[in-house]
Amino acid sequence: MASSIRLRSRLRDGVCTVRAILRHPMETGFRNNMETGELVPAHFIKLVTVKHNDVVVLHCDWSRAVSKNPYLSFMFEGAKAGDKLELSWLDTKGESDSLVTTIE
Amino acid sequence: MMRRRDTLKLISSGATLIFTGLLFPVRVLAKWNEAAFAATDYQEALTTYFPNQQMTESDQITIGVRQEIENGSVVPIKIVTELPDVESIAIFVEKNPTPLIANFDLTPACKGFVSTRIKVELPSDIIAVVKSDGKLFYTKTYIIVHEGGCA
Repeated sequence: MASSIRLRSRLRDGVCTVRAILRHPMETGFRNNMETGELVPAHFIKLVTVKHNDVVVLHCDWSRAVSKNPYLSFMFEGAKAGDKLELSWLDTKGESDSLVTTIE
Repeated sequence: MMRRRDTLKLISSGATLIFTGLLFPVRVLAKWNEAAFAATDYQEALTTYFPNQQMTESDQITIGVRQEIENGSVVPIKIVTELPDVESIAIFVEKNPTPLIANFDLTPACKGFVSTRIKVELPSDIIAVVKSDGKLFYTKTYIIVHEGGCA
């Protein structure tokens, strides 16, 4: 299966801009199923960690109110071409995914 | 032979090392704050997430968000701050069923910037809380939403 993570980075003047899109339903637990009328249980990403060369640069704690298929962008200094960038997430069901990419 | 003073110095520097080693992972791996994320009242969410801390309004934080939103299920938002030594950026939506939306723990390498997309249920204040140099600063902006996004 394709990764749930799309991770892009852009290096300019020593600043690395990271942009990511994670494929996830981000169910709030407030929504009713259109056909059965039953509440769809909450199911959302709680934790996201981004590492640069195995060192954490950003850590996120999220709620159910981050939109479906979450988007995340941030910037950090000290990266160079060829460095390793890794994003991982963990959701309320204990499911997780991670992806490693190279900064270009 | 080692004098007593040197031994003490050694022990204390070792202790410092151990403590810095312990403290850093604790901050990075800080536990997801169940109570604050479950809080249904803005003030309760705020004081649970930042217990016993004063907040100062700051013009050095900018919330980039459209003032009027058709569909509240996808509201692009970015927080930019010029404050020094930013440790974290938190986003609250006052009128949402659970007002604490997200927190971002930044490291010293990070610029004072995060961007994401959030759900907004009702016309509401959006509050960005920045921890800078150990102190809390905030700014807020009111947005209008025509179709709630929390279902």
